[in-house]
Amino acid sequence: MTTELPADIQSSSSEIQTDKPSSNWLPPGLALQKVDERIMTLNVGPQHPGSGHMRLIVQIDGDYIVACDPDPGYVHRGEEKMAEYRNYITNIPHLERPVIHDSCNMLYPYVLGVEELLGIEVPERAKYVRVIAAELNRCIYIMYWLAIYGIFLGHSTMFMWPTGDRELLIDLMEKMTGARVTHSHFIPGGVRNDLPANFEEVCLRQVNYFEKRIKEYAAVFYDNPILISRTQNTGVLSRQDAIRLGVTGSVLRASGIDFDVRKKEPYDVYDELDIQSIVMTEGDAYARSKIPWLDMMDSCNIIRQALQKMPKSGSVRVKLKPNPKGKGLDTVYKRVESGRGSLGCYIVSDGKPEPYRLKLSVPSFRNLIALPYLLKGEKLGNMPSVYWSLNYWPVEADR
Amino acid sequence: MLKDLLTPETANVFVGKLGDILEKAIGKPLGYAINWGRIWSLWPVHIETACCSVEFGAASSPRYDIERFGIIEAFGSLRQCDLVVVQGTITRKMAPRLRLVYDQMPEPKYVIAMGACAITGGLYFDSYNVLPGIDGILPVDVYVPGCPPRPETLIQGCLLLQEKIKRMKARTIV
Amino acid sequence: MSSDSNKPVEEKPETKPVVKKPEEKSVELPKFEKDISDKIVEKFGDKVEVAFVKKDRVGINVSRENVHDVAEFIRDGLNYDHVESVSGVDYPQDNEIAVVYHIGSYSDPTLARQLLVLSTRAQREENPIPGNDATRLPTLRDIFYSVEFHEREIFEMFGVYFEGHPDNRRLLLPEDWADIPPLRKDFAIKGR
Repeated sequence: MTTELPADIQSSSSEIQTDKPSSNWLPPGLALQKVDERIMTLNVGPQHPGSGHMRLIVQIDGDYIVACDPDPGYVHRGEEKMAEYRNYITNIPHLERPVIHDSCNMLYPYVLGVEELLGIEVPERAKYVRVIAAELNRCIYIMYWLAIYGIFLGHSTMFMWPTGDRELLIDLMEKMTGARVTHSHFIPGGVRNDLPANFEEVCLRQVNYFEKRIKEYAAVFYDNPILISRTQNTGVLSRQDAIRLGVTGSVLRASGIDFDVRKKEPYDVYDELDIQSIVMTEGDAYARSKIPWLDMMDSCNIIRQALQKMPKSGSVRVKLKPNPKGKGLDTVYKRVESGRGSLGCYIVSDGKPEPYRLKLSVPSFRNLIALPYLLKGEKLGNMPSVYWSLNYWPVEADR
Repeated sequence: MLKDLLTPETANVFVGKLGDILEKAIGKPLGYAINWGRIWSLWPVHIETACCSVEFGAASSPRYDIERFGIIEAFGSLRQCDLVVVQGTITRKMAPRLRLVYDQMPEPKYVIAMGACAITGGLYFDSYNVLPGIDGILPVDVYVPGCPPRPETLIQGCLLLQEKIKRMKARTIV
Repeated sequence: MSSDSNKPVEEKPETKPVVKKPEEKSVELPKFEKDISDKIVEKFGDKVEVAFVKKDRVGINVSRENVHDVAEFIRDGLNYDHVESVSGVDYPQDNEIAVVYHIGSYSDPTLARQLLVLSTRAQREENPIPGNDATRLPTLRDIFYSVEFHEREIFEMFGVYFEGHPDNRRLLLPEDWADIPPLRKDFAIKGR
């Protein structure tokens, strides 16, 4: 391992910070005072078609970005503090809210962690139901992400197609759980309800159609020369920097590192299923935008396998005591592969019905670190494509 | 007799009265026409505040297609917008920005509070960083409950807003 | 349907030892994880304390004077290369705030399952003045670049100032936040 940081990384952050110790509690933005006449400071967001719920303070020289200072926190709702006041079961609904369109994956590490704390063994069928729900949710998340990516690039068809097609899978989830997006389906000890009658057939049919449908996106989006010229060689993250910055998910796999928690540290029944983790080596925005799309096809594949291998009957949850407690002082850190990358949940229990401390280690927050580095030297017009290709969901990053 | 009354001292009173008469005569039909024009081109400002924006995006999707009711997809600059859909939780950091966005929009402007968080704080009622509803900072026209509301609910809220605009007094006619 | 008879049988015993009684666990410590903790203990002796050795997780407690050296050894000697998560845990009864680093590895495939849980503790102040009191820790940013935003978050949420961190600014909280750092245990949320 090399010890020193690359020169680019060091300079990108040293330009925006002040070195006075008194400026520690300055709000972001006020530290950007060292500007000369050529440099213009732009404030992108929170009201901006290309920013979402966050603010980017961007310094530009002509058309090129000199420095970028992300300012998240517009949706910081204090999930971790609130979790300390609620018991393990009532924590479920609000812990899935950071990413409501990926809510099963968002709850997954928490549920796995609580199961380990309480010592619960999950029935086999529940594990398969969970895998199916998680993979469907991953597709739903990626479709929404893809739709917004289309908007960011001014590609209206790519907004309309994914938002329309994801309703198919939302229908499936609604059939399964009863809610459109906030399912609260995973609970410690299994899932809330068994699959409805006839679900396997409908699911297989919908998923097959969905896969056929997303393959058509190649013609309109991924092979589109305008998209390619806007995203190829834009915001290149090299393999070494991806490791050093600790990014995760599609950003990491676009830089040529094969790391998928489903494969490397399988949870539930993922070790019995055949998972391809798609890796590309370019590390640019095009690769980062293509990997989630390929992931969806892989997810369809996993769902088909899981439907085939799932036990056809059996219970889907174990009965819990009314107010479950952990067994004394214990800590647990579980991670899963969500739609954005490795999502961890660190629970410290002190034997009370409430967690002593709960920390969500969210992939969006980890990918945000790469943003100032990637934007440096890019054209301002490429900012939205680089920003959204990081698979970033601001609500999740702020928690 | 009218000539006696119309002295230079009372002229402005007459003009004012004339304005009143004119407004009484044509104000109502004209206002109705103006409001009718307004309700079919509501432009929501592009400010996402929390997770309800997912369902807001889904409402513009081909299946729900909120555009057929005259609510245009959130695009463009806030100077052309006349509708704020507050999509979910407003944190203490976002609140001044939301008010700033609202103040920069031209009149007339309408506010829809979407989701439980925007109405009362919702699930985050006891969080240290969340406003208990946006009533304190914005005048809300329509509340759309749900966590998050389904796109159908949002569409119904928009239709309610259109009903409301129809009955509103259109300002500055004469 | 055909294969669910043989495979789950060999899977179930794997997950069970983690959640079973502690006396079973102490008997069969996982070999690979034990090696990792042994290497650290061999290098630093009694400066480090092995908190737990579980399946795929090795917990190390270090005092704040040695955390920088231990982290450097973890990167250079053990091939861990990035930090997944930095969590603060407030312990008012011990008068300390623990900062827990979950360190993983991308470059070494044998360590892909592993997470090294490096825990250190900072002194806790009764009346915190973030940045200007004794709640301080050395930063690990010069070792693991990925802790940059995490440590900024810990600073505003717990008031732990990271010495040597180049960018100790506020990250998530509003600009006008004037209360004590919110994730400390003595910060009570309203109505609770």
